[in-house]
Amino acid sequence: MIRFENVTKVYDPNARPALDAVNLEIDRGEFTFLVGASGSGKSTFLRLILKEDRATSGSVYVAGQNVANISSWRVPKLRRGIGVVFQDFRLLPQKSVFANVAFAMQVIGKSRSIIRETVPEVLKTVGLEGKERRMPHELSGGEQQRVAIARAVVNRPGILLADEPTGNLDPITSMGIMGVLDKINQNGTTVVMATHDDDIVNEMRKRVVELRNGVVVRDEARALYTSMIPVVGESRRMKDASDAEIDRAQGVQQ
Amino acid sequence: MRLAFILGEIGSGLRRNLSMVISVVLVTFVSLTFVGAAGMLQMQINQMKGYWYDKVQVAIFLCNDSSTSTGCASGAVTKEQQDNLAKMLDSPTVKQYITDYQFESQADAFKHFKEQFSNSPIVDSVTQDQLPSSFRINMKDPQKYQIISETFSSQAGVETVSDQRQVLERIFEWMNGASVAAMVVAGVMIFCAVLLITTTIRLSAFSRRRETGIMRLVGASKTVIQLPFILEGVIAAVVGAVLASGTLWLVAQFWLNGDLSKQFLNTPFISSAQVLVIAPVLIALGGGLAGISSLLTLRRYLKV
Repeated sequence: MIRFENVTKVYDPNARPALDAVNLEIDRGEFTFLVGASGSGKSTFLRLILKEDRATSGSVYVAGQNVANISSWRVPKLRRGIGVVFQDFRLLPQKSVFANVAFAMQVIGKSRSIIRETVPEVLKTVGLEGKERRMPHELSGGEQQRVAIARAVVNRPGILLADEPTGNLDPITSMGIMGVLDKINQNGTTVVMATHDDDIVNEMRKRVVELRNGVVVRDEARALYTSMIPVVGESRRMKDASDAEIDRAQGVQQ
Repeated sequence: MRLAFILGEIGSGLRRNLSMVISVVLVTFVSLTFVGAAGMLQMQINQMKGYWYDKVQVAIFLCNDSSTSTGCASGAVTKEQQDNLAKMLDSPTVKQYITDYQFESQADAFKHFKEQFSNSPIVDSVTQDQLPSSFRINMKDPQKYQIISETFSSQAGVETVSDQRQVLERIFEWMNGASVAAMVVAGVMIFCAVLLITTTIRLSAFSRRRETGIMRLVGASKTVIQLPFILEGVIAAVVGAVLASGTLWLVAQFWLNGDLSKQFLNTPFISSAQVLVIAPVLIALGGGLAGISSLLTLRRYLKV
């Protein structure tokens, strides 16, 4: 469903690349955690999938298509196949819950009758039945994130990207959100979630891809937030190198 | 659905940015009024040229008792000199240039003078003797005035040869100058209008960046995202253009064809219907400029 072939992304030629020769494949229907410190390349990874940025070298495939070959007028079509959820929800404050979700359908030209049929269904999936007419500021953080998820999946995308969706929420609310994401994943949607939240990763026991300084240092099925496997060989060398760099950076800060 | 959605977006955009939208309307209104005024002046010049050039004549004024020019040293024109001039006008060398001529006697001249200045007290102080008699010549080609002038101005009994066209030419030059000035003002105002539209669209895009950000993410097409902004600018400019057209029509209807045509009875003014020819040009100009400047602004400030 998503394949990175030797992908490098350089923002500033004088700094280290944000992503450095990343090879990764995520299958249809998989649930993948993307973990790593801030600046490790998680957001860049997601942006490349959406074609918000262009890879400096290497190829990104989404649903079998090399995104570099998608012309700019067909990018919207690519994005219709991808739902996105953010840490800060990004709801429209002057629109009701229903209108926020319906907005995603209106702008791609869905008919009124389909919208009226689909939106309540999706709101039910995320557990917001009966809250259609509430305004975003009347909802708790967890509920707002559910609205955002509903909006992301209302057009039935094959992929759901979540960029730290629980970053602003307490642990219990976060688990509720994870339940929703899991349910969406059960329905066949590929979910990629970037997160810092070790409790959640440990609880879910899904595939974990760890990035460090733009390099994939770990890719484990049914894994924990921190690795259980001793780091050896080439990986060991890379880990030491990056640890040394982190130490240096911290030293500079102090 | 999509159309209703776009219309709704336009409506909310116009409401949110009302003061800016009104300023866009006013600036395009003023600038296009100047453009239209320049156009109307040109139409007026053409109209007057068409009307007057058929009527203007070359006049050979003959000496009278009070003439002072050197050609009149021997006093008023004699019957002999007058016949001689008429013969010359009938001769083939001159005849090829003119369609016909009339003789205007002092009595005729006095009559015309009284008609022309009927409201003025000057009539009472002028006598028939003071006015010159003249040959009025209609030219085949008014440009050939020089030939008549050269042939006749040195003849005995001729005071002066005058081309009425030159008087008109001066008026037309003045009107042309006015229309150029109007175009210059219009140019400056259009520049202002474009800058203002650009700023308005930028503000509008900024105040709706949440919406457009989400539209982008869920895969709305470029058209759906950008069209409301572009139409917002175009609608404001077209309203300005319609106001400008309306103003020009009112000017033609009630000023040119009202007050002015009563004061200048034998001046042909352009009709208000003719002004309506300018209206579509103004609307297209306003809409086009707004569309292009919004599009260019969006390319910079609204990533899709």
